[in-house]
Amino acid sequence: MSSDDQEGLSSAAASARGATARRPLIRLCGVAKSYPGKDGPMASLDPLSFDIDEGEFVSVVGPSGCGKTTLLKLVAGLLPVSAGELTLSGSRIDGPQRNVGIVFQSAVLLAWRNVLDNILLQAEMRKLPMAAARERALKLIATAGLEGFEKSYPWQLSGGMQQRVSICRALLHDPSVLLMDEPFGALDAMTREKMNLELQRIWMGSKKTVLLITHSIPEAVFLSDRVLVMSERPGSIAAIYDIDLPRPRPLDVMSSAEFARYTQSIRGHFFTQGSLDH
Amino acid sequence: MSKLFSSTWARPFLLILIVLVLWDLAILVFGIPQYLVPAPLAVAEQIWNEWPMLLGESLPTVYATLGGFALSVVIGVPMAMMIAYSRLIESYLYPLLVFSQSIPKVAIAPLFVVWFGFGLLPKVIVAFLLGFFPIVVSTVMGFKSVEVDMVDLARSMGSTRLNMFLKISLPHALPSIFSSMKVSITLAVVGAVVGEFVGSNAGIGYVLQKANGNFDLPLMFAALVFLSLIGVLLFLAIDAIERLAIPWHVSQRGTVHSTMRWR
Ligand SMILES: Nc1ncnc2c1ncn2[C@@H]1O[C@H](COP(=O)(O)OP(=O)(O)OP(=O)(O)O)[C@@H](O)[C@H]1O
Ligand SMILES: [Mg+2]
Repeated sequence: MSSDDQEGLSSAAASARGATARRPLIRLCGVAKSYPGKDGPMASLDPLSFDIDEGEFVSVVGPSGCGKTTLLKLVAGLLPVSAGELTLSGSRIDGPQRNVGIVFQSAVLLAWRNVLDNILLQAEMRKLPMAAARERALKLIATAGLEGFEKSYPWQLSGGMQQRVSICRALLHDPSVLLMDEPFGALDAMTREKMNLELQRIWMGSKKTVLLITHSIPEAVFLSDRVLVMSERPGSIAAIYDIDLPRPRPLDVMSSAEFARYTQSIRGHFFTQGSLDH
Repeated sequence: MSKLFSSTWARPFLLILIVLVLWDLAILVFGIPQYLVPAPLAVAEQIWNEWPMLLGESLPTVYATLGGFALSVVIGVPMAMMIAYSRLIESYLYPLLVFSQSIPKVAIAPLFVVWFGFGLLPKVIVAFLLGFFPIVVSTVMGFKSVEVDMVDLARSMGSTRLNMFLKISLPHALPSIFSSMKVSITLAVVGAVVGEFVGSNAGIGYVLQKANGNFDLPLMFAALVFLSLIGVLLFLAIDAIERLAIPWHVSQRGTVHSTMRWR
């Protein structure tokens, strides 16, 4: 009884500290990745070291082929690291994690399942109670503006709608970490901005930790607490920018001088590297 | 009437009608004798007179076809799964499979008569030998063509291997399996007839053999008509099952046009 109290107190104290101090959730320490090539291993990621704090929104931008997807798959536990230490809340990532949701570059919906069943795949695979999952899925569908399409099949949806379904699926088990690989890459500019606002709203409401890969610098600046700029392949960290813009950020912020300064300096990295990735 | 011509299901029949007319005309114009090519009407008359016999003789052919086809699916699909999931098994099996396909079945069919006699079994085996290869090839491709992202997605959800198979790979492979089943069933018909050619006293293959020996060309053509009907009906049966099993697939959405869709 008394020990219970003590534990309760100490964890309360810890969370009180967390409000002011940074609490790294994902830590990369010299993480590198190489793929087997024709003549020996081919380096895809040079050793990277950085932390992502709990509740933080971090974006990664970089030229095509610099290893952004590779980085995301490492964090997702879908690929083993070649070197270094990669941890999620203190324990090594050695496989897919329970507390992580992933949105891939393409929507990867199953053609034989309708919208609702595609989202529920997450619950089936993780063996979650189905009734509760169903209720939550319907709520997510409503949030994503997909009401009335629960029974539609992927081929009956637009690209943007498909990607929204895949985001709902990634959120179904309420993960504390959300990993996204260019989720809006295939969308038109207007839909994309709407999705950005939506994502910001979801993030501010749930305080999830988000790692977003994107090739749009404005998108990265608009959404992120920090933007990580990667160099040409084999990828390494070229720079990290803290984005000090007040939240919630309206779309207007994109036309502010401060915003332009951020995008300018980030874009500068690509020009000096001789690569134009948007 | 014009409505009839514009409906999709009527078109193949229309084409058949045109071919029949051309056939008849050719016989008249070039004066082809009856013992070389029978007139369509002579064949029709033969069908009219002999249909109870032809129908009866169709049954053994259908049984042999279905037997060989069932074996093709029951053996071909699991074999394809093993090949798709194990490099080792693939390296052992695949070359042998390809090798086995280059042996002409007609040449080895008599061997099965020696081994298994005049019953149904040797025909089933020849039908199987012809029918199972397309199923293996196409099913392997179906299982192997699951997108990497889809596999990663399932893995990220902590999927078990069984769930990965049941919920991702198998449904993904179904369209390939069905299309190969359509090829397989028509080849199985050929196999059954080849089996009947080399040694039997029943079946459409036997009728063909006999009619050939008696220079009874109208009967031979009538038997061929029954044989094609068997092939078409079995094909349509699989097509119907496919439509029920994978209504979600591109080929079933009604936005594409294929000739075998009778609707
Ligand atoms: N499975 C693999 N086997 C071998 N090499 C790979 C593999 N996957 C990626 N690579 C290599 O690793 C490098 C990084 O690939 P990655 O997909 O991470 O790039 P990316 O930054 O996501 O690019 P993009 O912006 O075009 O999506 C590429 O040069 C690629 O050739
Ligand atoms: Mg990528």
